[in-house]
Amino acid sequence: MPAQGGILKQFPCPEKGHIVQKIIPVALAATLLLAGCAAPAVEGTPSKLVLVTHDSFNLSEGTLAKFTASTGIEVEVQAAGDAGELVNKLVLTKDSPLGDVVFGIDNTFASRAVSEGVLENYVSPDLTEAESQYLLPDDQGGEQLTPIDNGDVCINVDHEWFAEAGLDEPVTLDDLRKPEYKNLLVAPAANSSSPGLAFLLATIAAKGDGWQDYWQALVENGVKIDAGWSDAYYVDFSGPSSEGDRPLVVSYASSPPFEVQDDGTVPTGALLDTCFRQTEYAGVIAGTQYPKEAGQLVDFLFSTVVQNDIPENMYVFPVNAAATLPDGWSDYAKIAENPFVVSPAEIDANREQWLTEWAAIATP
Amino acid sequence: MALGVGVPLAFLAVFFALPVAGMLGRGLFADGPFIDVLLRPRTLRLIGLTLAQAGIAAVVCVLVGLPIAHVLYRLRFRGRAIVRALVIVPFVLPTVVVGVAFRTLLREGGILGFLGLDATFPAILLALVFFNIAVVVRTVGGTWEGLDTRQEDAARVLGASPRRVFLTITLARLAPSIVAAASIVFLFCSTAFGVVLVLGGTRFGTIETEIWLLTTQFLDLRAASVLSIAQLVVVTGMLLLAARARGRSTAQRRVGAASSARAPRRGDILPIVATIVTALLLALPIVALLVRSLQSSEGWGLHNYAALGTTGARNALAVPVWTALGNSLSIAVLATLIAVFIGLLACLALSRTPRTARGRRALEFFDGALMLPLGVSAVTVGFGFLITLNQPPLDLRSSFILVPIAQALVALPLVVRTVLPVLRGIDPRLRESAAVLGSAPWRVLRDVDLAIAARPVLAASGLAFAVALGEFGATTFLSRPDRPTLPVVIYRLIGLPGGDNFGMAIAASVVLAAVTVLVIALVERLRVGTIGAF
Repeated sequence: MPAQGGILKQFPCPEKGHIVQKIIPVALAATLLLAGCAAPAVEGTPSKLVLVTHDSFNLSEGTLAKFTASTGIEVEVQAAGDAGELVNKLVLTKDSPLGDVVFGIDNTFASRAVSEGVLENYVSPDLTEAESQYLLPDDQGGEQLTPIDNGDVCINVDHEWFAEAGLDEPVTLDDLRKPEYKNLLVAPAANSSSPGLAFLLATIAAKGDGWQDYWQALVENGVKIDAGWSDAYYVDFSGPSSEGDRPLVVSYASSPPFEVQDDGTVPTGALLDTCFRQTEYAGVIAGTQYPKEAGQLVDFLFSTVVQNDIPENMYVFPVNAAATLPDGWSDYAKIAENPFVVSPAEIDANREQWLTEWAAIATP
Repeated sequence: MALGVGVPLAFLAVFFALPVAGMLGRGLFADGPFIDVLLRPRTLRLIGLTLAQAGIAAVVCVLVGLPIAHVLYRLRFRGRAIVRALVIVPFVLPTVVVGVAFRTLLREGGILGFLGLDATFPAILLALVFFNIAVVVRTVGGTWEGLDTRQEDAARVLGASPRRVFLTITLARLAPSIVAAASIVFLFCSTAFGVVLVLGGTRFGTIETEIWLLTTQFLDLRAASVLSIAQLVVVTGMLLLAARARGRSTAQRRVGAASSARAPRRGDILPIVATIVTALLLALPIVALLVRSLQSSEGWGLHNYAALGTTGARNALAVPVWTALGNSLSIAVLATLIAVFIGLLACLALSRTPRTARGRRALEFFDGALMLPLGVSAVTVGFGFLITLNQPPLDLRSSFILVPIAQALVALPLVVRTVLPVLRGIDPRLRESAAVLGSAPWRVLRDVDLAIAARPVLAASGLAFAVALGEFGATTFLSRPDRPTLPVVIYRLIGLPGGDNFGMAIAASVVLAAVTVLVIALVERLRVGTIGAF
């Protein structure tokens, strides 16, 4: 969910959809093969499965009980920090797994989880073509991770501020370095905040090798860098529930609905041409004693029972095409049409270098 | 004696040394040389920054805290108990909330914006002092209150000026507890995390923030281990210095002595003024929080407090805030019991003087070991729990009991440093006479040691409870989603957009502070009645 403890994700390139469609049968075949020879499987049904997830995991009361009702298996939820900590904890405890199923691995950490071998090969067979766009490339998690939800990190804008100032709102990333927008943007730091990293990735996707020059220009144009999402949003942003005087902030596309006033006015909005998409995945943890039942739990997370419950509890969009959105979501919560994309493998390979270079430019 | 050393050592071995060693082992056996990590300019800069901010903050805390300790523990005036309890409020406030409160004051356009302190090194220092001043006030105050004043009285009668009495007698006798308090502040500051990031605008890091980055984001365990070792070296060096400076105290006290507090005199004006000024400065961020807690989308009022009975707008939380408060209280009580029990055992052992030099050195080592958990990264310990406490009989990593244990680890040094100076100050002749007069060893322990330690033990319990209640770093790492504590819930609320979630987070912080004040005030009341009743 888009709490600052949240999640960074990115999106498998939609244009690769045709490749992805081939992955599903391959993944299934691999799963069947593995299921046949997975050594640790134990006879009988477990009474309990442990779902390891990030701090922001939340579902309505009684939702997980529906899994228990249909299978007789209880679900114990264990939170393990933000998305990065979650993956790192799974890597460190590979020899004695923390649980049976993981939810909350995102596209920025998926590659590490896969290459470290912390996941069984399993993708929910319930996925249809409509959701195949969310699958990861096949050597980067396409055979291990089932997409569950996604959300965009975008620049949020204070409509009232711009109306009062008589200034046009910026639209693109390039606008942000124009002189008329000097000292107006506040962003959480990429090295201590996941929306901060998402915004950095958006700029890397947009500018390629020129991203450092772009950030240099942002710095010269007075971008303010805060440590976390909370102090960027609540201290420096000028929105209605904030204290500050900067009308542009890096936040989530799902933030504006929270600011809708009782009279229906919508004081803030998201700039949909500045977005980076985070997708969250679920998978079966390698070494579980109950791979079959763990797979059922992954299926359950993808089922409309959970998917319909996700928006109101985690403020992100369900990936299941059959899921229904709550009232008001379609009005206020917008989705970027062409979010920026960086491949999971590229993120994993360059994360440390990018963050080091970014810190040198943005927080000298 | 054996029990006094054995139980605390076993506790530390399992819940501290083992996890830390586990993580270091993972890192150091990874491929590649590690001396280069240490020699990176960035690493050296971070070590320097860590030393600077912890050292300066500790000195400032002592300078500012001493007058307050004098006023609150040596003078008698109406409302003293309340002021004593209020001083501890900053200590328990969640760092993320204080960070936001500070930045609201300091940012351009804020009330204190003209100071130009936003995202500067002094802003970090201010916040570190804000958080830790209670440690000095309470640690030193507890000793000061129980000091036998006859030496001072004699000096005064013989014509020494009050200033001379203070400098040559009082200060010398307080020195051990001042050093103890300063070293605790140093340790807290050297592992400060959230506040450094939020107020420094990420320009300033510490060894701690770097370990967090390397471990949780980059999974670079090799570099993280090197930095953990650097942290251990810094902390150990500081502890050795402190042990040397502390010496073995002789600040003696009377058994069951009534409080030696007196009415304020003209000579107290300076410390009183200093106390009032500091109190006003401490109050500023707290008042800002209070005011903000009364604002909501409905206008001014108690709406944010009414919302604490709910799970927040759009199911922000898994449990209502009050339930989280209940969790926090029960966990903190457990943590306090653990910390006081183990701390007291350790203090009884540490207060004896072994006959051999080797015995004395061993005891000094033991003393230092008890302090280490404060100075070592919570990230290292937390990840260490996961990879070492994973097999029977210690398959505890998903157990609820780790939460109070982790909090007790942080509280333990406070208990030891508050109680030990007092026990060490007991004239050994007191015990000897009791023994000569036919008291069994347990009776000496009860009627001498414990009777004298009763007050500081209560003071330490209050402090330990406050630490446990406000602890976030280790707790968030270990707490179960279905049993979140109040700071965990506050952190979640402040991580969500929407003015009402923010308002609830602030209101919940005010509640956390109020509950702490209440508990501390109750303990203060209890103290009077308990003297000699052990």
